[in-house]
Amino acid sequence: MKMLIELFYTFSKIGAFNFGGGYAILPFIEKEIVINNGWLSRYDFIDLVALSQITPGPISINSATFIGYRLAGLVSATVGTLGLVFPAFFIVILVAKAIKKYRSCDWMECAFLGIRPAVIGLITASTLSIGRTAIIDIKSVLMAGFTAVLVFKTRLNPILIIISAGVLGGLIYSL
Amino acid sequence: MTKLFKFFVVFLRIGAFTFGGGLAMLPLIEREIVDNNGWMTREEFIDVIAVTQCMPGVIAVNTAIYLGYQLFGIWGTIFGALGAILPSFIIMVLAAEFFIAFRDNSIVQAVFMGVRPAIAVLIFSAAVRLGKAVDRTAHNILIALGSLISISLLGIHPIPVIVVAALIGIVKARGYEKNENAD
Repeated sequence: MKMLIELFYTFSKIGAFNFGGGYAILPFIEKEIVINNGWLSRYDFIDLVALSQITPGPISINSATFIGYRLAGLVSATVGTLGLVFPAFFIVILVAKAIKKYRSCDWMECAFLGIRPAVIGLITASTLSIGRTAIIDIKSVLMAGFTAVLVFKTRLNPILIIISAGVLGGLIYSL
Repeated sequence: MTKLFKFFVVFLRIGAFTFGGGLAMLPLIEREIVDNNGWMTREEFIDVIAVTQCMPGVIAVNTAIYLGYQLFGIWGTIFGALGAILPSFIIMVLAAEFFIAFRDNSIVQAVFMGVRPAIAVLIFSAAVRLGKAVDRTAHNILIALGSLISISLLGIHPIPVIVVAALIGIVKARGYEKNENAD
C-alpha cells in the first residue's frame, strides 16, 4: 500500500511539472524512478523509451504504465498512470475557468520564454546520460553512427529507425 | 450512441492511432472534434490548443479534459481522459509482459543492445530540432546551458530547474514591458 501511494505521488509530481512534452519527461523519470526510487535499472529505462517509441501513445503515459506494471502488475500500472494524469484535471479545469474570466494566458506564455530553452537543456542532459549508458564499446559506437546517418540524412520515421537498429543490433551482437 | 460515449470513442481512437504523441495528435483531434462531429468551430479549437499547449502534461489528455469539461462537464473530463489513456495503457501492459517474458532471450538482448545507442541518437536529434526552433539569443543559450549543467553536472532535480526557468521567463517579459513603457 505504501508503495502504491509513493508511486501515485511520484507520477503526480512528474505530471504536474512535465512541460514541453515528449522527451522532456525523461530527466524526470530518470531522477525520480531510476535514481531516487530504484524502480528501474538504467538499461530498462532506455529499453522503455524504445518500447514507447514503437507503440502508439505519449511517452509519459507509456512510462507510467510500464513502470507501474513492472513493480506489481495491473493495480500498480493503473495507480501510476492515474497519478500521472491526476494533476491535469485540476490544472486544466482551473485554467479553463481563469481563461473564461480573464480571457488570456499571457503570463504562461511569458513563462515559456524561459521554459522552452530549459527543455533543450533537459533533453540534452538525457542524451548525455543515456549515451553514457548505451554507447560503451566499438559496436555501440558503430550502431550510434549508423543511426545518426539514418536520423540526420534520411529523415526516416523514428519507428523504422528503431526497427532497423534492432535488426542490425540483433545481427551484430548475436555474432 | 450517446454523445458522451461518442466523445470517449473519439479519444480512444486518437490514443490508439497516434505514434510519437504530442503535436502529432493535433490534426487527428481537430478532424474528429471540428470536422466529423462539429462539437466546436475551428477558431474555438485553435483557442483550446493554444491553452492546453501551455500546460504541463500530455497534450491529448489535456485537450480531452478541456473539451470534455466544456462539452459535458465533469463526466466529459473523465471519459475523455480515459479514452485518451486506455489504448496506451493496454498496449504498454502487453509490451511489459513481452519484455518480462523475453528479456533473458539472447536474441532479444542483442536487439536491445543495438537499439539503445539508437535511442541516444534519437533523443539527441530531438534536442537539436528544439534548438533550431528557438532563437539563438544570449538569454536562451544561457538558460539551456544552465539547465543542462544543473541536471548533468550538479544532479539538481528537473522540477526546480523548470520552475526557475519559468520565473526567469516571466521576469524577463516584465522587463520588456517596462522598457516599452519607458520609451
